Amino acid sequence: MLNFWVNILEQGFMFGVMVLGVYITYKILDFPDLSVEGSFPLGASVVASCLVAGMNPFLATFIAFVVGMMAGGITGYLHVKLKITNLLSGILVMIGLYSINLRIMGKANIPLFAQKTVFSNPMHPIFMILIFSLCMKFALDFLLNTKFGFLIKATGDNPQLVTSLGIDIGVTKIIALMLSNGLVALSGAMVAQYQRFADVGMGSGIIVMGLASIIFGEAIFKRVSLVKATTMALGGSILYKIVTGFALKLGFPPTDLKLITAVIVVLALGLNEKKIGFKLKKTLSIGGDSVVMHTKSM
Amino acid sequence: MLCIRNLCKTFHPNTINEKKIFHHFSLDVSDGDFITIIGSNGAGKSTLLNIIAGSIIADDGSIQLKGTEIATQPEFKRTQLIGRVFQDPTMGTSPSMDIIENLSMAMNKGKRFGLTKGVSKKEIPYFKEMLSALSLGLENQIHTKVGLLSGGQRQALSLLMTTISKPNLLLLDEHTAALDPKTSDRIIHLTKKIVSEQKITTMMITHNLNQAIEIGNRLLMLHEGKVVLDIKGEEKKNLTVDILLKEFEKKQNKGILSDRVLFA
Repeated sequence: MLNFWVNILEQGFMFGVMVLGVYITYKILDFPDLSVEGSFPLGASVVASCLVAGMNPFLATFIAFVVGMMAGGITGYLHVKLKITNLLSGILVMIGLYSINLRIMGKANIPLFAQKTVFSNPMHPIFMILIFSLCMKFALDFLLNTKFGFLIKATGDNPQLVTSLGIDIGVTKIIALMLSNGLVALSGAMVAQYQRFADVGMGSGIIVMGLASIIFGEAIFKRVSLVKATTMALGGSILYKIVTGFALKLGFPPTDLKLITAVIVVLALGLNEKKIGFKLKKTLSIGGDSVVMHTKSM
Repeated sequence: MLCIRNLCKTFHPNTINEKKIFHHFSLDVSDGDFITIIGSNGAGKSTLLNIIAGSIIADDGSIQLKGTEIATQPEFKRTQLIGRVFQDPTMGTSPSMDIIENLSMAMNKGKRFGLTKGVSKKEIPYFKEMLSALSLGLENQIHTKVGLLSGGQRQALSLLMTTISKPNLLLLDEHTAALDPKTSDRIIHLTKKIVSEQKITTMMITHNLNQAIEIGNRLLMLHEGKVVLDIKGEEKKNLTVDILLKEFEKKQNKGILSDRVLFA
């Protein structure tokens, strides 16, 4: 059982870095960025090919981060300079990255059994993962509290205000997208080293997983005061992993996970709007007093 | 100060919906002017401000602000010299950030938005002082999200944020139209105070004729993309609503009359 929980925490924090990235675009920038579906396996394929070439695992992970940023930069360029809608520019980059990932790896997947990874040291993987993801979280917290971070927040909130401040919102958007995709690629690189293989298809459903975690985290933690949004995102990622972990334990086959993810998003969104809880209460409490006292039609 | 020459703007050119707004429009604004602009709907008042600010690009003509040609500059370049308050109170602030964060951003206008702390503790007393000058009690709730403020409070904050960095030109596009009469008066009062204290050149659109007469040193009436009335200085002081209304009728009658004749 302890192993089960350690596993969940490991995965929760690892994917949590990806959730932080999705949080930047989806929540702060109000930009539904689908390119993360491509930049997640991009991080994995870059790190895998670098490791196979015998590179230092930390350097390889850093390169994955930088290459992810470049992918985000392309999405931003398509949207800002070529005026392609945000959804479509993400989709175009995602589709393009699929081929690029195959080119980087040369085949559909690379196993990493013999290679040294960031986890090839006496430390338990959970500590490595914790260090990585908490560093990212605090770095993001710091960034969002700077003058530049304010600009990113305001760009998502009210682009007109940023223009009024004499700032080109295009540049702010591109930098935010780069950061977001960099984080997602970093997460992909970690996951690939953790599970010891990189696969070209490992990005499918990543955006939904990210959204599920963000929405889930918000639904649960928003009633608790003084919880930072980044903490909510990380917490949501862990909660998400707990739910899917239990679903697997209950005997659902792993192939059902995507359906479970979709259901989680629906449930969390419903909880957020309080609709589900409300209706349940109403149907359960029909009868007796409530029917007699109820003068309105139901 | 501001010099507009031969400005042309047509919406939807070469289509059935073609609408000529400005045809060789020219205007001079001198330093320190406070101009009120009136005119019926569709006269081109908002379009004029939008063209000056750069959210609409003119088809032809030149706009010079302090000697520099700005007609071809993108909007974010022009806003470095121009401040603007919109009719919609939500346009001037960032709703998910708190009051002090919004002010701090506005204060930083024209400087680098780097990786230094977003709100520096040293500035807070200054911000509080600015807020208390609004006498809306905002100085006691500096950590409230702006999205929770009322329209009037937001508009007062927008006005403060726009003027805190001392723009060369202030554009007010019916900035009190969405507010109740009392709040509207208050914002107008604030506007007068800030503009006179900082001596900002200002152009204000209004539909309230009393305001238009009472405030500023120059009044423009626009009709179909032309300045049909331009009253300055002494003459403006003697202006009354009646005179203005008569002028208004006179200018509009031409159109109405021909319609009447047509459909009689």
